[in-house]
Amino acid sequence: METGSVIEVINVHKSFKTVQAVRGIDLHIGAGQFVAILGPNGAGKTTLVEMIEGIQQPDKGEIFILGKTWKGNEAYLRRLIGLSLQETHFIEKLTVWETLRLFASFFGIGKERCEEVLHLVAMEEKRKAWVVNLSGGQRQRLALGISMLNNPRILLLDEPTTGLDPNARREIWAILNKLKDGGQTSMILTTHYMEEAEQLCDYIVIIDHGKILKQGTLNDLLGEILDLPVKPAEIRKITLDDLFTSLTGRHLND
Amino acid sequence: MIERISNSQLFQLIMANMKELIREPGVLFWGIVFPILMSLGLGVAFTKKKDVITHIAVVGQNHLMPQPTDTSSLLLSFLQTNKASLEKSSQGFISRRLTIPDDKLGNTTFIFQAMDWQKAMVLLKRGNLNIVLDEKHGIIQYHFDPMNPDAQLIYLKLSKMFNASGPVIREANTEINPLTVSGTRYIDFLVPGLIAMGVMMSCMWGVSYAIIERRAKKLLRRMVATPMKRSNFLLALITVRILMNFVEAGLLFLVAWLAFGTTIQGSVAALITLFIAGNLAFAGIAIFLASHTAKTEIGNGLINALSMPMMVLSGIFFSYHNFPEWSISTIQKFPLTMMADGMRSAFIEGAGFAELTMPIIILSAIGVLFFTAGMKVFKWY
Repeated sequence: METGSVIEVINVHKSFKTVQAVRGIDLHIGAGQFVAILGPNGAGKTTLVEMIEGIQQPDKGEIFILGKTWKGNEAYLRRLIGLSLQETHFIEKLTVWETLRLFASFFGIGKERCEEVLHLVAMEEKRKAWVVNLSGGQRQRLALGISMLNNPRILLLDEPTTGLDPNARREIWAILNKLKDGGQTSMILTTHYMEEAEQLCDYIVIIDHGKILKQGTLNDLLGEILDLPVKPAEIRKITLDDLFTSLTGRHLND
Repeated sequence: MIERISNSQLFQLIMANMKELIREPGVLFWGIVFPILMSLGLGVAFTKKKDVITHIAVVGQNHLMPQPTDTSSLLLSFLQTNKASLEKSSQGFISRRLTIPDDKLGNTTFIFQAMDWQKAMVLLKRGNLNIVLDEKHGIIQYHFDPMNPDAQLIYLKLSKMFNASGPVIREANTEINPLTVSGTRYIDFLVPGLIAMGVMMSCMWGVSYAIIERRAKKLLRRMVATPMKRSNFLLALITVRILMNFVEAGLLFLVAWLAFGTTIQGSVAALITLFIAGNLAFAGIAIFLASHTAKTEIGNGLINALSMPMMVLSGIFFSYHNFPEWSISTIQKFPLTMMADGMRSAFIEGAGFAELTMPIIILSAIGVLFFTAGMKVFKWY
């Protein structure tokens, strides 16, 4: 199937035993678009991302990545996707450089691109540091660097800044904003942080109980809740929790 | 060419695993140094016969010192005739020390200590001595537990010594032919077993645990999200383990050769082939074991449940023929038993390919079987 979307999710369902994790989601992501998927724990966002990533199969519905399904195209699609998980423990006693070289070898990429990525994530000084000696922020920068080694057409980031301090978070955002400026990569980001979605993404999808509650640009979504007793000057202070509360009547972390 | 190799997945995976291994001091200690220390310790303990020192309580009267009222003590006159030295310990015990020299089985030193019955019973219960002597009406009486083999041995030695004129143990020794030729010593039995056990433990922990830990830490999931060939990942893990096991076994053999003169009497090529087959068997089992779980605690349990019984039953430290007869045929089917037996026959019985072909085939088949089954149910994330 040929489609204009980079990622096309059509009426996808997924259940685990008695739990319906995803219930009929439709989503279209265009080239160069940065999309945030927001939702509380258990909303189904990780399952949705895992299906897009190709490690879970939908029970019903279809997912097209660059017009192709995962079946029969895995080797091709893996070359085009970058992934960063919330927390990945890389081999502790490898250096930053050795870790990059290892992952680069999976794509058949040489040293030059590793040097570029090292520069991109500002870790030149940590080139010879063992992974075990990196801070949480540095590890996430390394993970991000690894996800960008192959110049991915699609970048999937699962809560990349959860647990990081504000400075480390801003460093990650700076790297992703540079990537966004390049316009070559589409990104799906799952996050709990409204500010993160606002900083990085042009499109926000809010999901709960396996369904999309709302999707649109940040301004669209904020416009939706202007009916709430919130003064315009306070709009910038609106948090994801406010938005979520307005949609569901409960708090994000309930 | 070099650039191409260094950029290849398999090369980078092997290098990553190798670096991880050699940068971990604990792995090097437990994988290489500890087996060597164990073989040295056990080799020394069981190869060189130490001198035996036996404490004997003498009660009733003080037979060890010449008494003005009693000059007819059999024991005293025996000890004086044999020039047993007189000593007084810091605890106040009077003792006579008599050493029977023996350059084959090691010297035996008897220390006869004078004490009262009550003290003798306390020391007997503590295991400090095994036999108590008493002398009544010119007869030496022995008090010991007839179920205690050490006490029986001391009784036999003492009674023979007392009943002869002079120290006759030396003469008795001439009838004993201790076997000290290479291949019949405990160290010769131990080293091949330790090498086989090292391979099993190294594969179980180095392959199984590494996979489970990487799955638990989501590294596997991260890796398979790339175009990495899954077979390369496992191949690299196994290759590094086999290389490590070669180093470990080589060093262990080198130390055994230098310290104890251990040699390989059979075919070295057959031994190496068997060694590789054993590695394949345990690597296959390790992959099967690690195919599903993502919990290191479960992995721990699985590895122990599989390796501990083999370690105990497969005759690594002592022959499995000490186990009940009905269990022997089952024990012989364990991969560790098969590998240890095969290695022993190459090391000490002079076995070659003719004798080792069957264990090589069976161990390789076990490896392939478990590897295939493991891959069928393997969970990458």
